[in-house]
Amino acid sequence: MVGKTLFDKIWDAHVVHTTPNGSQVLYIDRHFVHEVTSPQAFAEIGAKGLVIRQPGKQTVTADHNVPTIHQDRPITEAMSRQQVATLGENCAIHGLTYYGLGHENQGIVHVIGPELGLTKPGMTIVCGDSHTSTHGAFGCIAFGIGTSQVAQVFASQCLIQRKPKTMRITVDGELQEGVLAKDIILYLINKLGTGGATGYFVEYAGSAIRGLSMEGRMTVCNMSIEMGARGGLIAPDQTTFDYLYGRDNAPVGTDWDDAVAFWRSLPTEDDATFDLELAFQAEDIEPMVTYGTNPGMSVKINEPIPELGDTPNPGLQKSLDYMGLEPGQMMKGKEIDYVFIGSCTNARIEDLRIVASYVEGKTKDPNTIVWVIPGSKHVEKQAISEGLDVIFRNAGFEFRQPGCSACLGMNEDKIPAGAYCVSTSNRNFEGRQGQGARTILVSPLTAAAAAIAGKIVDFRTANMDTYAAV
Amino acid sequence: MQPFDQLTSTAVPLPIENVDTDQIIPARFLKAIDKAGFGENLFRDWRFDRDGSENMQFVLNNPSYSGEILVAGTNFGCGSSREHAAWALYQYGFRVVVSSFFADIFKNNALNNGILTVEVDPEFLDNIFREIENDPDAMFKVDLEGQYCKILSTGEETTFDIDPYKKQCLLEGKDDIDYLLSLDTKISTFEANQKIY
Repeated sequence: MVGKTLFDKIWDAHVVHTTPNGSQVLYIDRHFVHEVTSPQAFAEIGAKGLVIRQPGKQTVTADHNVPTIHQDRPITEAMSRQQVATLGENCAIHGLTYYGLGHENQGIVHVIGPELGLTKPGMTIVCGDSHTSTHGAFGCIAFGIGTSQVAQVFASQCLIQRKPKTMRITVDGELQEGVLAKDIILYLINKLGTGGATGYFVEYAGSAIRGLSMEGRMTVCNMSIEMGARGGLIAPDQTTFDYLYGRDNAPVGTDWDDAVAFWRSLPTEDDATFDLELAFQAEDIEPMVTYGTNPGMSVKINEPIPELGDTPNPGLQKSLDYMGLEPGQMMKGKEIDYVFIGSCTNARIEDLRIVASYVEGKTKDPNTIVWVIPGSKHVEKQAISEGLDVIFRNAGFEFRQPGCSACLGMNEDKIPAGAYCVSTSNRNFEGRQGQGARTILVSPLTAAAAAIAGKIVDFRTANMDTYAAV
Repeated sequence: MQPFDQLTSTAVPLPIENVDTDQIIPARFLKAIDKAGFGENLFRDWRFDRDGSENMQFVLNNPSYSGEILVAGTNFGCGSSREHAAWALYQYGFRVVVSSFFADIFKNNALNNGILTVEVDPEFLDNIFREIENDPDAMFKVDLEGQYCKILSTGEETTFDIDPYKKQCLLEGKDDIDYLLSLDTKISTFEANQKIY
């Protein structure tokens, strides 16, 4: 008998029912909820007179539509205030624990789940947010859903799904110095394209992946959706267990030992097969920088933007027009206006440490506005306890309060039309960070270097002496 | 959910690839707590300039084109999971989106809201675009029961795939929640037997 993949093991263990036509009813172990994609689902539950089947399996926070300054004051903007208030009211009605503004556990939903030990290997996890794939870093089946499905999980703790195909992406070898998890995933999205993994669940494997911290693995899994994949996951190992040990909601005592024994049984077996296998070499990956209007449109830091070529390429031309860039131009040297360090992709404590290690003792370019938005209250607290906030402020950065912020510009943190923002977030779509805003996706290290230089630089040649700490 | 069985209509061409849900409905319009009012902001930043005036270059502002079918380039609906994108399309008046490829979450959201996603091969998609260019009043027929899409003026026809469960839901106007609630006993049994760490 052929062995099973990590994905198959988790999936098969959560099938409640298989319909005659092959669709499967999948049990959901953890449902993360935020203010933007839930109000209509709560309303549906209310209108149908239903109850939330498993209140203890919902984790609720406000993140997308919250200000990142003065969180102790009422939200200024009326619709945002109403949306966040509605979430609190819905939690009270349905008996859900709510990590609202000011709560010590509040933060970006994909940052707080792991740090609270709620995200554990072998689980099924959903959220009305496409970056739910982040949790796959722990060896989970985690994927984004729509609001209709949010209501379904409220009512039944289940979803009707058709089993996706499986893909394994292996990255073997050793990363070059200063190449981060973000560069790996931007490189992979560039290679596969924004739809290259649609219909698949992706397992990331290989020595370069295993060598990543949990924070780095989360960054990789986070952007799986940007190549179309429903989710991405990484086999749990000692790095995973070490991260989880001692956290709130992690098992304790003999339960911990039992849990680890179970988690060790999850990785893909040697003779298991995937619908598609791809392999890449870590040494080929360089610091990546996007130039276009989807995350697949990226180049290595020392490469030019592609030429249009002989065949018509209206997509590339449209993107470059929007971005105010030319075919063949170098991204390196491009002057910028904003730097955004934050989002569910790169706002964990490790990301802030990386930025701080580069920035310490330097000051930002005077014409560049730099926002650092911690991923959660816990990240904020940890950063302050390590003095990172002081390093940021001394450099002229604004160190703000947790939320999704300028990743999607739902709150006041918007980039003005025409301005260039170097961003550690996950999407460079037209208007993503504000109407007319021009987003350039990079790693935290490249973002830090851009903040100091006021332009895109290869940090390996700029200030070579000062990034040794990374 | 409104049932869907078949539709004969003119079509609106949007030959752009990788249309993401941020374009379909920008994030600043996601602050509502109900499902009303999204149609007027469909493709907001492509339809309107920053000063609020209509962008006459955009197809939805071109009076030559109308209909309940949107025909779009490959990988339509990629990006954010916002179901607001499906609500906006529906409220604007689209019942069918035809493309050569759909992003997963969008496809699911569309089907859950009575919008049929019709995936055709790239050549057939080109034929549709060509036909609309030749004649903006060209009619197209989409039949869910028979799972085919037809260019009525030329007779060209292609079949399309759809998950049989979702097809049934769409034909009957039923959504998943009713079915899931009917499985209460099975779900309880699963919960009773599940080992959780």
